[in-house]
Parts: sequence; C-alpha cells; structure tokens
Amino acid sequence: MADYRHAMIIMIVMGLMTLATRILPVLIFGRSEKVPDFILYLGKVVPFTAMGLLIVYCLRDVSVFSGSHAIPEILALAVVAVSYLWKKNSILSVVVGTIVYMFLVQKVF
Amino acid sequence: MKEEAFKISGREVTAALHTSLPIMVTFVVLGSGYGILMQKHGFGPLWSLIAGIVIFSGTVQFVSISMLSSGSVIMAAVTAFMVAARHIFFSISMIGRYRREGKRKWYLFYALCDETYAMLSRDDAPEGVNVSAYRLLVTLFDQCSWIVGSFLGGWIGSLLSFDSTGIDFAMTALFATVFIQQWIDSKCHIPAVLGVAATLACRLIFGREYFLIPAMIIIIAVLMIMRKKIEEAETDG
Repeated sequence: MADYRHAMIIMIVMGLMTLATRILPVLIFGRSEKVPDFILYLGKVVPFTAMGLLIVYCLRDVSVFSGSHAIPEILALAVVAVSYLWKKNSILSVVVGTIVYMFLVQKVF
Repeated sequence: MKEEAFKISGREVTAALHTSLPIMVTFVVLGSGYGILMQKHGFGPLWSLIAGIVIFSGTVQFVSISMLSSGSVIMAAVTAFMVAARHIFFSISMIGRYRREGKRKWYLFYALCDETYAMLSRDDAPEGVNVSAYRLLVTLFDQCSWIVGSFLGGWIGSLLSFDSTGIDFAMTALFATVFIQQWIDSKCHIPAVLGVAATLACRLIFGREYFLIPAMIIIIAVLMIMRKKIEEAETDG
C-alpha cells in the first residue's frame, strides 16, 4: 500500500520545482516596467534555437550504433519534412509522420 | 503586433482549436499512457488529475511516478529541476511577448509546456484574432487535453488500451514542422543551426541526464556573443 501522504509531499515538491523553472525568469527579469534590452533580443532569437534543442531532446535516447540504428526516426523525419515542404500543412505532416513511425517501430523493427 | 483589449469570440476559439488540435490529440493519448502507468503504481485517476495541475509537465510527471512511493524529497526536487530546466529557456524568451498580459500572464507562464511554447513563440496568430485570447486558449486547450487524457487513462485505461508505442513521435514531428517553417521565414540560420549543434554536442559529451543545462548556457552565450552579426543578418534585405 502506497504512503499517500509521502506521495503528496513528493508531488508538491516536484510541482514547485517545475513552477520555479517557469516563473523565476519572470520574477527576475520581468518585474520592471521596461524589460531589459537583451531579454527582448533573446525573446526574438531563442525560439529559433529552441526547436532544434527540443528535437534533439525528443530523440535523446536514439542511437545510430545500436537498436534499430535510428532508421525509423530518420525515415519518419524525412516523411515529415517532405510532406511539410510539399503541402505546408503541419497537422497533415504530424499525422502522417507519426503513423509511419508507429508502423516502423511496431511492425518492421 | 497590434495591442488590443482582451476579447474572446468564436473566432479566437476556432483559431486556437486549429493550432492546438494536433497537440490535443497527442496529449490525450500520451496523457492516458501516464494515467495507466499511475494506476499500475497504485495512484488512481484523481491523482493523475491533480498531478496535471500541480506539476503539469509530461516529462516531470512520468519521472515522478517511480518517486511518489519511494523517493526522497531532495532527490525528487533535484530531478524535477533538472528535467524541467529547459522551461527557464522558454520563459525567458516569452517575457517580452507576455509583458502586457496582466494577471493572465501568471497562468500563461505556469502552463508554458514545450508544445504550447512551440506554437506561441511563432507569433503567427491569424489576422484579426485577439492575440491575448488566442494565447490563453491555446495554453488552456493544451493543458486541459493532457489532464483529460491522464484522468481517462487512470479511470478506463484498460478499456482504451491499444498499442500506442511510438505515438510520442508526434511531438518530435510537430517541432520539426516548426523548425522547417522558421528556416523558410528567416534570413539568418545561425540560431537554428546553433540549437541543433550545441544540444547534440552536449548530449554526446555530458550524457542523457545532464545535457540540457550546458546546452542552454552555450546557446545563450553564443547568441549574446554573436548578437551584432545575427541582428544585422536578420535586418539586411
């Protein structure tokens, strides 16, 4: 039987830490009427670096040297890229890419 | 972007739904996977629902499952911070955008998950849509679909179980489409290349547990050092 009181404490602590990562930058840099110049600059450019960071983060457990050698990931990402460049429809590309990926990891590899 | 008072109409709801739809579908499925796993560890749907409000971060929630019954408080705090640290990076870059959102800004920052960030940092709300309402609705739809999914998973998980292995690729695909669109829209590709290269290098050097924080530090440092070059490249016609 789980100790629910302990579990609740753990959940609240992890929630507070997560909240801190989202709110602390605002408390530090966002309080004054005038937002610092370099924060506005980072606001403009960070989104362009963040997608690359998130893609690598999502694929952090993929290895070229073991398992399926990253073949499902490469094929599915190629499907996403080609379909997106062709139709410019992100919903379509996400759905098609995910179906291809699920098929590859469940049935082929 | 035009500044105007907060106003919600059908137009904002439609636009936000259109943007959030792929995220909502994936969140319901991934959330139910989380709810099922919680149930297996002895925590029912109500626990999953509360976690979706108290924590609201998919990665932190999945990591938390094994710590709920046996983890130490210190370990839980350190782990949550390490896993969630990327939000610092996202929040910093939304300060300028959200500064006029008044009290709503606290909700927008509290619920700023990876996917919501990917959608709202693009500044591409459709023409004529109230941006404040659009931001609030996209954030809300994303969080609600995650919570609904995790509750359903804990409640009737065994009934809706199908082999969802690989469904999480939807998030990778979503980020990839944003990446491609940004690449097309921008003149200067230094930030895009930097994001991939620095993170990949740090993953190889620091290992899977610790790579995100060094990657963010390197990215911010390089962006600051190359600021002049990047700003000039972006404004050059």
